[in-house]
Amino acid sequence: MWPVIGVLFDGFAYGMLLFLLSVGLTVTLGMMNFVNLAHCSFAMLGGYVTVTLMNRFGWPFFATLPASFLAAAAASVLFERVLYRHLYQRSDLDQCLLTIGIVFVSVAAAAYLFGTVQQPVHLPDYLHGALAVGGQSFAVYRMVLIGIALLLTGALVAGLELTRFGAMVRAAVDNQRVARGLGINVGRVFALTFALGSGLAGLGGSLAIDIVGLDHAFAFNYLIYVLIVVSVGGLGSIGGSFAAATLLGISDMAGKYYFPQFGAFLIYLVMIVLLMWRPAGIFGKR
Amino acid sequence: MAADTAPALAEPHARFAAASRWGAVEVVFWLATLLPFFVAQDYLVLASQIAITALFAVSLDLILGYAGVVSLGHAAFFGLGAYAAGIVSKAGWGEPLLGLLLGGAVAGIVGYGASFIIARFRHLALIMITLGMGELLAQAANSASWLTGGNDGLQGVKTMPLFGVLDFDLYGYTAYGYALAVLFLGFLVARRITNAPFGLALRGIRENFVRMAAIGAPTLPHIRKAYTIAAIIAGVAGAVLTETTETVSLETLGFQRSADVLVMLILGGVGRLYGGIVGAIIYMIARDQFSDVNPQYWYFWIGLLLIAVVMFLPNGILGGLERILPSRRSGG
Repeated sequence: MWPVIGVLFDGFAYGMLLFLLSVGLTVTLGMMNFVNLAHCSFAMLGGYVTVTLMNRFGWPFFATLPASFLAAAAASVLFERVLYRHLYQRSDLDQCLLTIGIVFVSVAAAAYLFGTVQQPVHLPDYLHGALAVGGQSFAVYRMVLIGIALLLTGALVAGLELTRFGAMVRAAVDNQRVARGLGINVGRVFALTFALGSGLAGLGGSLAIDIVGLDHAFAFNYLIYVLIVVSVGGLGSIGGSFAAATLLGISDMAGKYYFPQFGAFLIYLVMIVLLMWRPAGIFGKR
Repeated sequence: MAADTAPALAEPHARFAAASRWGAVEVVFWLATLLPFFVAQDYLVLASQIAITALFAVSLDLILGYAGVVSLGHAAFFGLGAYAAGIVSKAGWGEPLLGLLLGGAVAGIVGYGASFIIARFRHLALIMITLGMGELLAQAANSASWLTGGNDGLQGVKTMPLFGVLDFDLYGYTAYGYALAVLFLGFLVARRITNAPFGLALRGIRENFVRMAAIGAPTLPHIRKAYTIAAIIAGVAGAVLTETTETVSLETLGFQRSADVLVMLILGGVGRLYGGIVGAIIYMIARDQFSDVNPQYWYFWIGLLLIAVVMFLPNGILGGLERILPSRRSGG
């Protein structure tokens, strides 16, 4: 039994979770420079959709995932149209405050609707248990999680590199003004990307329930982790987010396993060192 | 802002003198802070908490409102001051003024060290670095429970009577008087700084970092200096909290406190010193009232308030007032 491999595996699965939660934010931040701290509120919404559909309406777990994706995406479009678009020209600080206000409201609303307890979720039996390979046991659910995240990463990268829409997104991230000048409707590209990113966060929120739990403070607690991934990975870089999420997931797990007395010390230390080395993030351009 | 630059060109000294003259509203405001002694004696404990928080908010305003340094970890210095005063008092030196000086000194030294890192960053990286350093300190305080008491908080703090005669009573007479005096002194320092050429240079850095460097202003040393001063004032505020409550909890340096003080400052209005004080008064009184009704949902209202302020009052409550009332400065 090699504990190192177990820690690496769990850390990687955790990193994939962080990646799903943060990839939408990194692209929208890179494109519009809009600091959306309420990103995790959409993730939390996805989680609650899954819990409600499973426990109250008896849906199977996998059927709830598209529903949570759609719910988070729809909610984000609503917020973008009603509130966010008035603040694109304002300072980072104003954007931070508006969206942190939304976080506060969503946390209180979740506490009001669902209480402050951890939400129970009963995964189907075939997702429980572990697979033994060479004396190592790997939890099935975590392998499924890694699989989904890798598939989505592949789809995202391919979509961004190969499709026309992906080219428009890349153009808007690289230089918004020139993209606009070339006739790209940056506002619409942004709204669609925003919805996609929030939907992915909602999906991440659903997948996270079994690993980190879901309660009313989720939007607040994971905000910090998501921001770390985004700032370390570099704005607008999917590859950077992937690398940063993996690195932070593994170092967080390793920190908790090997130095439990320091708690989350290691993840912050890693972030500060990486940002001091490269202030714009590992793959950041600006 | 545009209106008061015109006479400045003619006579720079006149501009600074005019800016530092005391207005009638200010005098009335500070006299009004004495009212709780006479009309709200039951709320003196709350009033002293407000005065402490207001001083903390003023210290954040120095770096955020003037130098444009956004910090999500400012509670680190508040907590450092609080723990420094608490630990020295636990060791038997509960003299309040000594604790005050020590709290400010410890926070100032750490702040000076941190300022070398802070000054190099802007934007998102800066926010994340300040957040990370604050969290690192909170984690360190949590693990060093032999020194800080960890999760249980620091017990056994005993504050000696002020000047050897004024005991810290249960009703908070001495506590409020003490906190108010420290707030006023801290405010005077901040007011002096912001009305000096140094304060003007800080505003220049906030408005255009590159251009200030181009006209020969030492931007990085300026930011470091402002950051250190803000850390000292925050540490003093923390020390006063320790001395008046005779306990220190981990909450004093947590992320929640950093976020709360930022909210207060924005609520009141950034970059006008009184914004922090007004924001602290409104926030603390509202929290006191709302949490009596329904403690869990307090953040719902704060969140709504934040959204409303950002959408409709971009310069905070004081900025909104200035727009409605014809101000003295723009008139003259």
